[in-house]
Amino acid sequence: MSGRAWKFGDNISTDEITPGRYMGLRSNITELAKHTLEDARKEFPSSVRAGDFVVASKNFGMGSSREHAPIVIKTCGVTAVLAVSFARIFYRNAINIGLPAIACDTTMINEGDELELNLSEGEVQNLTRRIKIHFPPMSREMQVILSEGGLIAYVEKHGDLIFS
Amino acid sequence: MTGNTLAEKLIGSHTAKGSVTAGEVVIVRVDYTFSHDAAGPLLIQQLAQLKGTPDKNHTIFFIDHGVPSPTKELANDQATVRNYASVNGLILSDTGNGICHQVIAEDYASPGDLLVGTDSHSCTCGGLCAFGTGMGATDIAIAMKLRKTWLRVPESIKINVEGRLPRGVFAKDLILKTLSILGTDGATYESLEFDGPAIDELEVYGRLTLTNMAVEAGAKTALVKSDNRTKTYLKEFDREERWREIHADDDASYQSEIVINASELQPQIAFPGSPSNVKSISEARDVKVNEVYIGSCTNTRIEDMRIVAGIFKNREKAKGLKLIVTPSSRKLYIKLMQEGILETLIQAGAAVTPPGCGVCYGAVGGIPADNEVIFSTSNRNFTGRTGNPKAQTYLGSPATAAATAITGKITDPREYV
Repeated sequence: MSGRAWKFGDNISTDEITPGRYMGLRSNITELAKHTLEDARKEFPSSVRAGDFVVASKNFGMGSSREHAPIVIKTCGVTAVLAVSFARIFYRNAINIGLPAIACDTTMINEGDELELNLSEGEVQNLTRRIKIHFPPMSREMQVILSEGGLIAYVEKHGDLIFS
Repeated sequence: MTGNTLAEKLIGSHTAKGSVTAGEVVIVRVDYTFSHDAAGPLLIQQLAQLKGTPDKNHTIFFIDHGVPSPTKELANDQATVRNYASVNGLILSDTGNGICHQVIAEDYASPGDLLVGTDSHSCTCGGLCAFGTGMGATDIAIAMKLRKTWLRVPESIKINVEGRLPRGVFAKDLILKTLSILGTDGATYESLEFDGPAIDELEVYGRLTLTNMAVEAGAKTALVKSDNRTKTYLKEFDREERWREIHADDDASYQSEIVINASELQPQIAFPGSPSNVKSISEARDVKVNEVYIGSCTNTRIEDMRIVAGIFKNREKAKGLKLIVTPSSRKLYIKLMQEGILETLIQAGAAVTPPGCGVCYGAVGGIPADNEVIFSTSNRNFTGRTGNPKAQTYLGSPATAAATAITGKITDPREYV
């Protein structure tokens, strides 16, 4: 399945992804997701379609540890977040809830480009520009967590944190 | 074999094998896990799914982010947290008791401990040499169930602070200067270790301000050694018996070292948009301000408030300016009363709100109007942070905030202290 690229710049904070002023909606994720990234791009929540990609530059998801940030992006139907780099806690949260966060070269992706992700091959295809963007494999721990459907599912299955 | 950084020592002592080296992925025991009203409801659902029962003596729930509850939705979320803690016999720090990181530094974290919480500023307790780091609800739900978590041992960046902080220049100015060097991601995955003559001179109150904002450079944690000042601090909170001396080894290996000369430092201001968008006060002078916020887990410790009270003594805030003070904890609030600081603040025209995160989190306590400018002692000034994306936030020290409140424009505190 392919989707369109929504481009963002450097240093998109979790305050922009899901602002603290909507804290009262956190127990209603469907409503909370209607404000996803609205402070960065007002039209995002109303126009994003299932399968689309969030594409950013450096340090995506900086700031607070709110897990609602990757949750609302996933709830919008976003396939994956592609960024040159991620803030540590956002990255960990995204993988834990099963939203692929891919560190890769995003300079060859323009707004609206049609993208396709092949996670196991470590490849994003830019169908519009006919370019293949390769990315290095995730750490072993992250691969294990993602392949089990997130950390909760992993611990439910194994009863413990053992990555060997 | 080289010696250990503080991060390696503290993590190593929480692993089965007893020692670790930067870069390893390890499973660690945790001394305390905590959550709050902003993440707790999600985490409680996850704990139910995991059939996890947190340990009674090592799990803390805080109701601090949206207090007192401004809406029925937040009141319901807080009731969920309160009921869960009560049914399971867990430690509850309820409305008005204070911000999680402040209360943890007062009553729970001790040198050598390892803590994880659902808040990015969980690194604050590094100021008393406890390893703290923030994670999301899933990770903390699992840490609450298992009393352990996994992490990659961070490389360390040594921040060597030489000289001595001049009059009118404080720990907040030092961390803002550090952030201007590192940028918003210059320490991602790493540990900041503050040391040097200026740190030797700094009380734990100021050290907590440094470690609090390490996450604004992307750091996993930040640490300061445990010395006699740490002992003095613990004594003030009747916990002297929890003190022990901890230093990094002389031959520890650092990824890099940054040297800052405190003696040359001027008051620093973070301009709107990013805590690392920092300039010296001379470049910010005369920016008109509509609201001054003195609060948050970054500052508002008793040392800060004594300085603020000294500036406000027999003075009033500027006409038309909102001055909002939010004590960081109940214990601090009582001290403000006992020392007469509260009266000075109220005489100066402050609106004092109950202890909690206040407007720093943008859910309660002084949300600005469109196009207003806030000068805040807090840690973040991202777009929308204070509850209105059309407002702008400058960050600086409590002394700069107090001087600014008096004149109504960003003002050098050295004119007042």
